[in-house]
Amino acid sequence: MPVFNQSRQTVIKLIFAATFLIIVVRLFILQIFSDKYKLQAFDNAVYRKVIYPDRGIIFDRNGKAILNNTIIYDLTVTPYEVKKVDTFYLCSLLNIDTAEFKSRILTAILKNGRYRPSVFEGLLPIELQAKLEENIWRFPGFTLVERPIRTYPYSAGAHLLGDIGEVDTAIIRRSNNFYQMGDYVGRSGMEQYYESVLMGQRGVQNLIKDNRNRIQGSWEKGRFDTSATAGRNLRTYLDIELQQLAEKLMANKVGSVVAIDPKTGGILTMVSGPIINPNDLTGANRQKNYARMALDVSAPLMNRATRGLYEPGSTFKPIGGLVALDLGVITPSFGMGCAGAYHGCSKVIRCEHHNPGHAANLRLALANSCNSYFSQIYRMTLDNNKDNNTKKGYARWEDYMNSFGWGERLGVDLPNELPGSIPDTTLYNKVYRNQWNSCTNVTLGIGQDKMQVTPLQLANAMCVIANKGYYYTPHFVEKIDNETAKDTILKHFRVKHEALTHIPDEAYEAIHAGMQDVVESGTARGARIPGISICAKTGTAEKYTVLDGKRIKLPNNSMFVCFAPRENPQIAIAVAVENAGFGSTWAAPIASILIEKYLTDSIRTERMKDVERIASANLTPSYLKRKQFIADSTRAYFYFNLRKDSSYIKKYLHGYKAGADTKNKPGDKKKVTSPGNIVFAPGHATLPLNEAITHEKSNSNKTIPRYKRADIAIAADDKHLKKAR
Amino acid sequence: MRGGSSEISKGIDGLILWLYVILCIIGITSIFAATYREGDDIVKSFLSFRTDYGKQSFFFGISLVAGVAVLLTDSKFFTATANLWYTFGIILLLLVFPFHSNVKGTESIIKFGDAFQLQPIQLCIVFTNLALAKYISRVETDFSKLRSQLIAASIVIAPAILAILQSETGLALVYFSFFLVMFREGLPAIVLVVGFSFAILVVATLLVDPNILAIILTGIAALVSYIMRRQIKRHKSVLFWIISIWAICVGIQRFAVPFIFDHVLQPYQVKRIYDTIGKDYIPKDAAAAADIEKNTAAKKQDGDYNVKQSKIAIGSGGLRGKGLLKGTQTRYSFVPEQRTDFIFCTIGEGFGFIGSFVFIMIYVLLLFRIVTIAERQRSAFSRCYAYGVASVLFFHITINLCMTMGLAPVIGIPLPFVSYGGLSLVTFSIMIFILLRLDKDRQMVLR
Repeated sequence: MPVFNQSRQTVIKLIFAATFLIIVVRLFILQIFSDKYKLQAFDNAVYRKVIYPDRGIIFDRNGKAILNNTIIYDLTVTPYEVKKVDTFYLCSLLNIDTAEFKSRILTAILKNGRYRPSVFEGLLPIELQAKLEENIWRFPGFTLVERPIRTYPYSAGAHLLGDIGEVDTAIIRRSNNFYQMGDYVGRSGMEQYYESVLMGQRGVQNLIKDNRNRIQGSWEKGRFDTSATAGRNLRTYLDIELQQLAEKLMANKVGSVVAIDPKTGGILTMVSGPIINPNDLTGANRQKNYARMALDVSAPLMNRATRGLYEPGSTFKPIGGLVALDLGVITPSFGMGCAGAYHGCSKVIRCEHHNPGHAANLRLALANSCNSYFSQIYRMTLDNNKDNNTKKGYARWEDYMNSFGWGERLGVDLPNELPGSIPDTTLYNKVYRNQWNSCTNVTLGIGQDKMQVTPLQLANAMCVIANKGYYYTPHFVEKIDNETAKDTILKHFRVKHEALTHIPDEAYEAIHAGMQDVVESGTARGARIPGISICAKTGTAEKYTVLDGKRIKLPNNSMFVCFAPRENPQIAIAVAVENAGFGSTWAAPIASILIEKYLTDSIRTERMKDVERIASANLTPSYLKRKQFIADSTRAYFYFNLRKDSSYIKKYLHGYKAGADTKNKPGDKKKVTSPGNIVFAPGHATLPLNEAITHEKSNSNKTIPRYKRADIAIAADDKHLKKAR
Repeated sequence: MRGGSSEISKGIDGLILWLYVILCIIGITSIFAATYREGDDIVKSFLSFRTDYGKQSFFFGISLVAGVAVLLTDSKFFTATANLWYTFGIILLLLVFPFHSNVKGTESIIKFGDAFQLQPIQLCIVFTNLALAKYISRVETDFSKLRSQLIAASIVIAPAILAILQSETGLALVYFSFFLVMFREGLPAIVLVVGFSFAILVVATLLVDPNILAIILTGIAALVSYIMRRQIKRHKSVLFWIISIWAICVGIQRFAVPFIFDHVLQPYQVKRIYDTIGKDYIPKDAAAAADIEKNTAAKKQDGDYNVKQSKIAIGSGGLRGKGLLKGTQTRYSFVPEQRTDFIFCTIGEGFGFIGSFVFIMIYVLLLFRIVTIAERQRSAFSRCYAYGVASVLFFHITINLCMTMGLAPVIGIPLPFVSYGGLSLVTFSIMIFILLRLDKDRQMVLR
């Protein structure tokens, strides 16, 4: 038959060979050329389960756990297993309706699929958890899953202990992807500063999963698994009872208290007002409380001990005196006559005292807090030097301030500390175009002008004076459990800073004597404790704010610094209470009570009355209420503009009048006992309204200051509401 | 007894037999790797035939028994009964229409109880092969005549049409591989070239915008006319041919392909073809969308997912593979159908490029050996039959491998001897054993 076609076998063989060549090339490309399939296969099949270790516990000086771990429960659901659930009962327990139930199940399926558990209701309250645990058999597919959270057994120290929260993308980037989405990390306070110590070491378990994400066992028999190591505990100097007492005293006040052990630099107490309960920021209500606090204009989340800036006022005077003594511009017996004001410069500085002889020597001047005296010695400090060069004198003075730790960060073991401000000569040169002398900033001598310090810096300065020249950087943590040589985090807290030991002891003694007189016979007699020699200084700093476009004088800040006992200082305290009036009225008793508590470990019964009186006093500045209203209504107007939903501003339309009423309530005034309380001018409430209407007519509301826009919103309400409806 | 066994084995091509056995064992091992779960009692499950690898071993045994039976048959039996078998096959195929049971979106399966099911279209491949060989080898057939060629083509195409009617497009395409046999026996090469060009034209139609493709075709026609301008000057008819070929191409591209896609093929099949070439298929109406929905739902997951997971499985094997039972893709059921159509994933992932290459080379060796055997036959019947076996195997192997590697649409064609499936294994085994039986009598002239 057709033999002539025999050659065609070659063609067929060629077709075969070519086709298989293509297949082999394709196979080569798939298997050898690209790694992407390997990675995809790994992602498909291996589930890296991260095992979180327990975070370290923080103890106070007496070994009490002040920040601990506890477990609460999440209710999780595996949609695949949900069959014959008593939906109605579950809904009634969780207080949701069946529609919500269905939508949550649907969300769970969308999020993690039908075969993997998802959180149905997170962070269950204890009672609910108990009820669910009893009835869990009625809800197949639902399980209670443990979840460790942080707890603060003493409900104190929110600002210094800090809190943990989920990492955000910025943290992940900064950590070079060490953290992963969903990790918890210290977000403030010691939780953040000591993150590396507290967090321990995460473990990783490699698990094999199938195409439906069901776990099938461990991968490679756990060869690449690592186990978790618990975080290490911190031992602090903190005295939790003292902390609780201080927080009690600072209730309803804006300000700060810092107490340091001068011998070690260990912080005994650190309070920032408004006080917050740290347990509000863990567990089920974290979201809600955090949002509320973040929007509060009194900034309760800010740690005023390290971030609050205060003019030290008269509390600066011991330091001013010390500098003058060291430079030899005065001797302890230097005195001057003061008749109630300082007339050395064109600007007259008033003094609280005018009886002759109240500034006859340094000791008396300190005890009586004579403004004229310290203005004078400040000028002498600057001007009396070899070259008679004020600017050189100022630079020298500035060096002294820096030695006290002012004007630069101390390096406390909390994140985000502020350096305060001791202005440089360049600043004055710039502001006054080189035309300035010791009169220009003479109020620096009495702790005003551009000088700003944090309460922590104030307390630290007291430590320097108490220690006669040296200090340790203030810090909380004494030691870390199982500390090794690798832990350098505490190293710089153990360095003795001999900043001002070159000042002779006599100079310190002179200052100590004056400061003791402050308590014995001077401005802070109320702070006296029998049997304890306290050296102290009161302070009263003037405050202004801008409200509704006007500069308003606020009540003075009440400041107080002290250390005790004089002979063997064990505690140095700085207290600042904002807008509370004289230093001696509020700040001094607070410090005194704390000293008594710390040194005698108890409070006399007659003192308890003081404690209750101070604790129950509400010194929250009244202007905050107005600022809060402005902030809230501005925000509401912003969202109203964004969404065109009038419900955002509705509340403020009526709330505006109500707010104005409460401001003028007599009861409200009674609480604010300090003089110079701001009383808004009558008719003020209607004033912005009129303004607003004119602005609205001229269609130029973009140029209106931000604080007024809320008012405009209210005025323009009718028009917008009609549109919105 | 001894004499009997030597009687059977005498003259049998040992290489093919060994390759066949090796492939079957690789198949059972792969199915074992794909379906074995930790903790299974291997011996017990092999013996109880309850697991897939147990069943496959059972069918391997049946295949061997059937193979011995085939070897004991007289080779004249096959020539004598070829047409009878073919008729029987066509009747079976027709019986499918009233008696089919709807399994997995196909309408080609007859079920006998729960345990046994029959897919006549698979069996019919053997019968068609016999019938085609018989027809071509007839003394009165002159295969150089168009009439004979058309009859041979209709023998092949008849079961293919029935297969398409039973929604088994993939297996229908297998029948077109018999054109290779016809090519060997004298079918003009132009038929293959035209067929191949047609396939390219169809794919191009899908890939390229219709207008641009028309312009390209016109450009080609113009270029050819320019090159052949001398011939055209001499014979005006050349120009006529060029213009008519151009017209046919444009006609196919503009009208025929859209017509086939819209009216002949099922929407889900169209979607699969589009998936393969990486284009989105937009159903033309709601009914088409519903059809896609129905068929993809029946197949659980669409071809796109299969191919993606299959590529991951093969690609993750790397050079040396992860080792038997260590492939995460295949062990944890990421690849659907991995014991049947996607069995190659198990090999690719477990044994890597080296293993897969060796595996493919076994097939290549088998195919070339069959072609060699075909050429040493004295009788045209045996030669045609052998070429038929080679073509069918070639088509199955290449399409299946391309499918798993994302080079061909997922049309559900098993890998011969390896994929799980009793009937497929038995069919291919009988095919091979008939070949061996015919080869044993290669000196005879069978009519």
